[in-house]
Amino acid sequence: MDKPTTSTTIQCYHCGEACIDKTIHIYEKDFCCEGCKLVYEILNQNGMCDYYAISKNPGLSQRIKVRENKFAFLDDEKITQSLISFKNENQTHITFYLPQIHCSSCLWLLENLHRLNENIISSKVNFTRKEADIIFTHKNISVRKVAELLTSVGYEPYISLNNIHQVKPKLNKSKLYKMGIAGFCFANIMLLSFPEYLGIDTKEQNLITVFRWLSLLLSLPVVFYSASEFYISAWKSIKHKFLNIDAPIVLAVFVTFGRSVFDILTNAGSGYLDSMSGIVFFMLVGRILQDKTYEELSFERDYTSYFPIAVTRINNNQETVSLPDIALNDTLLIHNQELIPADGILTRGKALIDYSFVTGESLPVEKEMGEIIYAGGKQIGSNIEMLVIKEVAQSYLTKLWNRDEFKQATTKEERYSFVHFIARFFTWIVLFLSIASALYWWVVNPDKIWAAATAVLIVACPCALLLSNTFTNGNILRILSRNHLYLRNAQKIEEIASINYIVFDKTGTLTTGRYQDISYGGKPLSKSILKKLAALASQSMHPMSRAVAAWTNENGTHLKVTAFEEVTGKGIEAIVDGELITLGSREFVTGSKLPELESAIYLSVEGDVLGKFNFRNQYRDNIPTLIRQLRKKYKVAILSGDNSGEKNYLQELLGVNAHILFHQKPEDKLGIIKKLQQEGNRVMMIGDGLNDAGALKQADIGIAVAENTNNFTPASDGILEAAKLHLLNQFIQLSKANKRIVMASFIVSILYNIVGNYFAVQALLSPMIAAILMPISSISILIITFGFSNLSAWKMKLK
Amino acid sequence: MSVIILLLIASISVASLFLAAFIWSVKSGQYDDEKSPPMRMLFDDKPGFTTDNNNN
Repeated sequence: MDKPTTSTTIQCYHCGEACIDKTIHIYEKDFCCEGCKLVYEILNQNGMCDYYAISKNPGLSQRIKVRENKFAFLDDEKITQSLISFKNENQTHITFYLPQIHCSSCLWLLENLHRLNENIISSKVNFTRKEADIIFTHKNISVRKVAELLTSVGYEPYISLNNIHQVKPKLNKSKLYKMGIAGFCFANIMLLSFPEYLGIDTKEQNLITVFRWLSLLLSLPVVFYSASEFYISAWKSIKHKFLNIDAPIVLAVFVTFGRSVFDILTNAGSGYLDSMSGIVFFMLVGRILQDKTYEELSFERDYTSYFPIAVTRINNNQETVSLPDIALNDTLLIHNQELIPADGILTRGKALIDYSFVTGESLPVEKEMGEIIYAGGKQIGSNIEMLVIKEVAQSYLTKLWNRDEFKQATTKEERYSFVHFIARFFTWIVLFLSIASALYWWVVNPDKIWAAATAVLIVACPCALLLSNTFTNGNILRILSRNHLYLRNAQKIEEIASINYIVFDKTGTLTTGRYQDISYGGKPLSKSILKKLAALASQSMHPMSRAVAAWTNENGTHLKVTAFEEVTGKGIEAIVDGELITLGSREFVTGSKLPELESAIYLSVEGDVLGKFNFRNQYRDNIPTLIRQLRKKYKVAILSGDNSGEKNYLQELLGVNAHILFHQKPEDKLGIIKKLQQEGNRVMMIGDGLNDAGALKQADIGIAVAENTNNFTPASDGILEAAKLHLLNQFIQLSKANKRIVMASFIVSILYNIVGNYFAVQALLSPMIAAILMPISSISILIITFGFSNLSAWKMKLK
Repeated sequence: MSVIILLLIASISVASLFLAAFIWSVKSGQYDDEKSPPMRMLFDDKPGFTTDNNNN
């Protein structure tokens, strides 16, 4: 062994997880399971052990084996057609989504695939999207073989129904081009303006003219290309009879440009082209920072990315069919850990279906032959056969998804945003000021009307407000994403700040959804009993048995288990090493007919009841603290699809008046959110499963909690990594700080405006004053926004 | 004066080169994936064939 024996747990060389039940010691390395060892062997044979040198324990646990024929559906031409991106006589290009990609070792291994199989020409990893583009010669290797090769080294491709009609979103690069060009023009115009600011000799009239015309030429791409971003947005808002923040900006750009052209043509001055292009450049930089999206996350997932792409049909002979081709009365074979794709009747085998993602129930449901099983659940345990009674498109889950209430697009419009409110207010003041100064000069000295009125519009351009808004939003979004809350866009920050009601889902959100919190009460158990218990419990796939097996921390695989019997919904018993061990419900073990009130299972040895195991949903870290913090400022409620087993505990946590409702169907949750909104609340919904999908959409802001942000999450406004749920209060406070920071920097920009307007209304605004005010105000606003947002994050102990 | 014009042309053309380089870099997808290239360059000059044990 490499490590000294001081540490009691042995780390797996491949995946780094602790080796619990058994350790495979081979090649002077320790492996936690066969799977990890196999991957190591493949890599070692091919001389690719650099994989382990680049980062420590880079693999992922291979404990759960991938079913042998899992990728058989890739032999079907029709299915692979929809997956491959390019094909000619020799080569095929295909992109696989590999959610396991996480470190530099992964990248290295996947880009060296050609060393594992010579028929692979090249592979290129996109780390951000966790995808690998693979090019291979299809004469010698099939798509299925490539998928299996990836699986054999621990990177199982994730192929879902979504892949079939997937349209890759094209990255919008136009903003980057616009920014580059604006920056180029801005810098050169600035350079050309310096001579006049610094007092060029008036005798050099020719040179001045050249400089001015060159500036004008350089400003054209800024006005007609770079700033088009703002024209489009302003035009859209005007069409909806609403002034957004871009409208006054467009006005300012037009007026500045018009005035500058006029000045240059009449030889009256050099205009304000440098300030104008500078503003456009800075605003584009702000936009890009704010729009920097998380490509790897998808906020618009629907059920199709949750469904498999194909299933096994066994009508006459066994074949794989793609999901849309499943017809009524087909018989399907569902393997362990596979999803039930359509509603049907169980025709063979014993189903143990995990619906936690669909309904929120934390315990799997057991179904006997002849019972109806609904789509969306995951089969655990042995293979089952089912007869399809409803097509995929008609099944319960799909229908649920396609319900109109669930679909209503979130038309929470930006017009409610306070920034746009201020901008509108501001626009009217500016217009008024401009007209007032024009009127004044009309009376006093009509020659200066033009100069004064345009100068007011130029100076008062609310670019400072826009800058402070985009930069603050951008920075807050980045801080939040560093702390693993990924918001869909900047608008959501403001929405988070405005909420007053928080609704949680229970299973999977507040709890981990697994039964890990076990306590044993009763007579003490000897080591030999523990071993026997482990041997018995590991015979069953039921999560409670699994949890007990893990709890014993013993390995009973060498013990002889005979006469094993599992009574559905009751318990299990067997003779282990000569002793009859029974594990199950109170009725099953003790014969008592009293109703069961808690999630507990009893243990008896040779008919002698030793004690019971109490199960509790394990709450995520620091949830009680979080709820107590939130209770002080917000109304908090819990809507759960689960049974009311933990009602007392939760009621105590949330307070006597809080809504805590159990057995909630997806429609019920949606309805309650709607009702709360009608009562005038602004609701934040926090959930995880498909059963929350409707509520997440209906709520003013819906946040999906995910163990792993690459896993499937229902459509939402934001995705929060489960381990960071306890920071929710800080996230809300930071969103509130966002508004204060924008306001503060806006006040600063007003001060600059007052100075600028002091010159402007007197028709004294020289291009130089504009050129000085513009960068100073922009830079001070940048300092304020970045400084304050980082300060608030630091105060809240966020990263 | 003609010197200044000359310099002007030189400076703008140099700046244009940089602009062209920027546009080319965006177009060729250098901003599409900002995470893999910095890792990829670490592996460029690794020796080709290594086994983990009894290699030396």
